[in-house]
This record gives sequence, structure tokens and C-alpha cells, in this order.
Amino acid sequence: MSIDIQHVSKSFGSFAALRDVSFQVRAGELVALLGPSGCGKTTLLRIVAGLASADRGTVLFDGEDASGRKAGERRVGFVFQHYALFRHMTVFENVAFGLRVRPAATRPANAVITAKVTELLKLVQLDYLGDRYPTELSGGQRQRVALARALAVEPRVLLLDEPFGALDAKVRQELRRWLRRLHEEIHLTSVFVTHDQEEALELADRVVIMNEGQVEQDGTPEDVFERPASAFVMNFLGSVNIFHGRVEHGRALLGPLSVDYPEHRAPDSRPAAGYARPHELEIARTDEGGGLWAALTTTNPAGAIVRLELKAEDGALLQVEVARDRFETLAPRTGERLYVRPRRLRVFVTEQP
Amino acid sequence: MAGHAGPLRTARATTARGLTEPAPVRWLLTAVALGFLGLFLVVPLAAVFVEAFGKGLNAYLSAVSEPDAYAALKLTLIAAGIAVPLNMLFGLCAAWAIGKFDFRGKNLLTTLIDLPFAVSPVISGMVFVLMFGRQGVFGPWLSAHDIKIIFAVPGIVLATLFVSFPFVAREIIPVMEASGSQEEEAARVLGASGFQTFFRVTLPNIKWGLLYGVILCNARAMGEFGAVSVVSGHIRGLTNTLPLHVEILYNEYNFQGAFAVASLLAFLALITLLLKVIVERRSIQA
Repeated sequence: MSIDIQHVSKSFGSFAALRDVSFQVRAGELVALLGPSGCGKTTLLRIVAGLASADRGTVLFDGEDASGRKAGERRVGFVFQHYALFRHMTVFENVAFGLRVRPAATRPANAVITAKVTELLKLVQLDYLGDRYPTELSGGQRQRVALARALAVEPRVLLLDEPFGALDAKVRQELRRWLRRLHEEIHLTSVFVTHDQEEALELADRVVIMNEGQVEQDGTPEDVFERPASAFVMNFLGSVNIFHGRVEHGRALLGPLSVDYPEHRAPDSRPAAGYARPHELEIARTDEGGGLWAALTTTNPAGAIVRLELKAEDGALLQVEVARDRFETLAPRTGERLYVRPRRLRVFVTEQP
Repeated sequence: MAGHAGPLRTARATTARGLTEPAPVRWLLTAVALGFLGLFLVVPLAAVFVEAFGKGLNAYLSAVSEPDAYAALKLTLIAAGIAVPLNMLFGLCAAWAIGKFDFRGKNLLTTLIDLPFAVSPVISGMVFVLMFGRQGVFGPWLSAHDIKIIFAVPGIVLATLFVSFPFVAREIIPVMEASGSQEEEAARVLGASGFQTFFRVTLPNIKWGLLYGVILCNARAMGEFGAVSVVSGHIRGLTNTLPLHVEILYNEYNFQGAFAVASLLAFLALITLLLKVIVERRSIQA
């Protein structure tokens, strides 16, 4: 089922949690809602689920306005950040809950419920834990029970709120891959909220990046990473080196660097900043042009990529990542002056007039 | 049994090794605590039973089965039987509102729930006299319609309701606040109705707190003296509850009778305590 979010706004008192948010989720897609905490992503997810209502705007399910329908009638599966499993019920009963509370007319027979729950527990690889209570499970297991419980009602959409937020790094990795595989298997339209850019980029077909209640960018992981629409997106999706300066006459003058900036041909100057990721900076011993001199302060050679920190002449610190063999052929010493050249520089005007 | 406020179910403290006091200090502290307990709780309770059975079992049985004592017992049970379910209902509603929702005046409501703890029971009784008594606010209207509240059973029930009403709410508010509303939301998304959500999700989560509150509420309802005394009028066989009956017998120098009836109350209290211990055990396991 597709979800169409149209001009949704929501305020809590004087705080505007969502400001005119619009985007679409196509049927069968796995979409990540990515943003810093407090950007409104969870609020939006709750509005889609029917757990909260929008002040303005509508949510369409398959083109049909869902505003009038209560949470229980929307056929959404919701996985809560802290799982919200029913503490006094066994794992089996937790998963069966959605079927057992159906009105007598549509409630499946007991045997059908048992078969269905067993099948779901197998799907999440927990069929051997059916008679345990949630408190007896690990975080990752609880998460999968929550998922099975959400899937039991055969939802048309799966919504996950920070699904891996409360888990440790290793379990998170495993569950992430597992969820990706599951999605490929059942192809259920899914939206998950996260503040972890790595998670969003790895898992999602499409990433919607939010900031301060608005959508900053909506695109494929490659789009948002390679072609960030704003300085915020650039900043949020990983570490960056920032060169402050200005744009005028179609050029960006950023301290020691200068590049073409055809978007602003007018002679008046505007404050701007150039952004380059650590792997987009190259180091050399000779002046190859288009770069700046900086002194090597620290090296962190753990792993296939070597992380360097350099201090430019104006005092700014630069983060550089180079491949290990490049580092070994160059073999720079700490304190040595190196020439740093950005292979790529994205320029954003920092203040809109 | 009066004036015990709030939950006393502290977590079973796990004393860290190496933090224990030296033996003499421990012994002294234990001795002081036990001595105090014995002197002020065990000895008086024992005294009640010694006095009650002082003139033999037959005298005890006749004092307890005397019609006025029987009527007092009945009235006590009726008052508690009405007050406890109503306060359970009220406590559930108040705790639900306070624990799961944010609204204006929430703090005021929380404070007001404690009002019966804060005012002296005698004053609570006086309030009802001022409202429903002959010279009270509703007095003329009530006597015009020939409804008697003060110096009658309804007054006793009202007074009991008032003094015992915070217990259930006080017990379940913390439980509800701690559990938040995520489980209820999960139930809603899964298609459960409000009714189903309450009975299948909320109630099982608060049941031990609720039961504990009901037990305390019941203890207070049966043992209340001050407020009931003011509204009762002390009409033997009609508006006497057990505590009032004890006082009357005592004032008539019928010590054995007074203590025999008091032992009934003590029995009720002991049963209540026993239930409380059982509930606490179960709730810790759960």
C-alpha cells in the first residue's frame, strides 16, 4: 500500500513539531525517516499510525484519506522504540493479541491463531521461546517479538520507531541485515524512524531527511549522500571539513580555496561555506594547486583506512581519510607540512537573503 | 490503622557486602527496633486478647454474639462493603486520568486526593454535619423530603467513603505513571477497543497495586472512628459501627465486652495484614 503525506503540520503548544511536511511512500518500499532528535520524525510516524492527529494536512493510504480512521482500523503494524510488549503475557500471547481482540465475527478459530502465531514466531526465529515472558528475553529478541506481533494483524504498512535504538552495536548490525532480508521476502511497505545515518543509508530504498519539522531532502541513499541538497544534509550524513568564505561573481572564495560557483553570478558577495568529506581530501608533498598547506598532527592507522588530522595555517583542523597503501607510499611524519587538496568541494550559501 | 499514607513497598534492599555495621551496633539497632515494636504493637494487641478472654470463652462468645455487637459488625461490613468498591472505582478513574493524561489542574487533583489524609477525621465528620445536618446547607431540603443522612446509615457510609478514598488512587498512580501508555497504544494499534485495552492490558499491569490499595482502603473503612463518630449519633443497634460500639461498652465500664468486640476488629485487622503480606509476595514475584 502506498502512503501519501500531504502538507502535514503539528504543534505542541508553541513548539512546531511538523511544518508542512509532504512526501510519498510507494507500495513495497522501505523508507527511512532520518533526522536529529526533536526533528519531528517520530511525531510524523505516530500521525501515520493514527496515534496522534495532525493539526493540518492529510495522510492518504492508497489515495484514500485515513484521517477519520482510528489507529486500530488502519491496519498498520507499529513497532515501538522500547517494544511496548505486554509484560504480563507470554511471547505467544503477545503475538496472538491482535487476533484475539478481533470482534467474534472476524476472529479466527483458536487453532488458526495457534498456527498463525507459530508461523510468525518461526519467521522471526523465536518459535522456541513462545512460552517465555518479555522480561526473560534479550533486547534483540524482544524487538523481534514486537515485529512478529505487529505482523500478526496482516498490516498493510509497517511502521518502526527507532527499531534498533536500544540495542548494542553488534545486535543492531545483525537485526538490520535480518530486517532487510525480511523486507525483501515479504515486500511490505515500511517506514522506519532513525537518527543513525549509517542505518538509514544501509537499510532503506529511500531516505527522507528531516530537520526542525521540515523535509530537507528526499532521495535514494546515493542521492542524499552524493548530492546533498543542503548544508544540513551534508553535515548530518557524516563528518565533514568546512571551509568558510563567500560567493561572488560566480566564484566561491573560501579562505585558501576558490572554486567556480555558477549559481551566483551577481557581483554582491554572500557568506558561504565549502564542504568536503574526509575521504574527498587528498594529501601530497608538493603544491598541486587548488589546495592548502597544513601540518600533520595525529595519525590513526587502525584498519584499511588511515585517519589523519592536520592543522591548517589559519588554525583550522582538517580530517582526512586515505587508503592504507597511499599512506604507506607517502609515509608522512607527524609535524610534517603536507599539501591538502579537495578532490571535490560542495558549496552552500549559508545565509539566504 | 489510621493515617498510613502512600506505598511502603520499598524494593527489597540488597545490602552490599563490606557496608555492614559492626556486630554490637547491629545488635543494638535490632534490639531497639524489636523492643519498640514489642512495647507499642505486640503488647497492646496481646492485651486486647487477654482482656477479651479474661472471663472465659463463654463470656467472650456471649459478648460477641450480643445483638448490638452483631448489629455493629453488620453496619461496619455494610459501610466498608459500599465504600471500598466505590473508592476502587474512583481510584481507578483518578489514577487513569493522572497516570495516562496531561491536563490542566492535574496537580490540583493529585493534591486533592490526599485531602482526607490531611484533615483530621473529626473535621471530615463535621463537614458532613454542616452539609447534611438539620442546620446544614441541604438540611431544610432533606427534612422536607424526609431523607435522613446525619445520625443514620447514609451519613456513616459517606464519612467512611471520605476518609478511605485516597488509598486505591495513591497505590495505583505510581504504577500507572511508571508503566506509561505505550502498551495501551500498542493494543490500540493492534485493533483492541478501549474496553479490551483496559481489561487485557491496563488492569493486569496494575492488579497487584490495585489489590494492595483495596486492602488498605478496607482496613481504614472498617477501623474509622473519628469521622463516623461525629455523624453517627451512637444509636445502639442502628448507627453504631464496631469502633463506636467498643467505645460505648468501654464508657459503661463493660471492659470485658469492650475488649471482646475490639478483638473482632483486631481479627479483621490481622486478616487484612495477612492478605497484604500475601499480595506483596505475589506482586514481587509477578
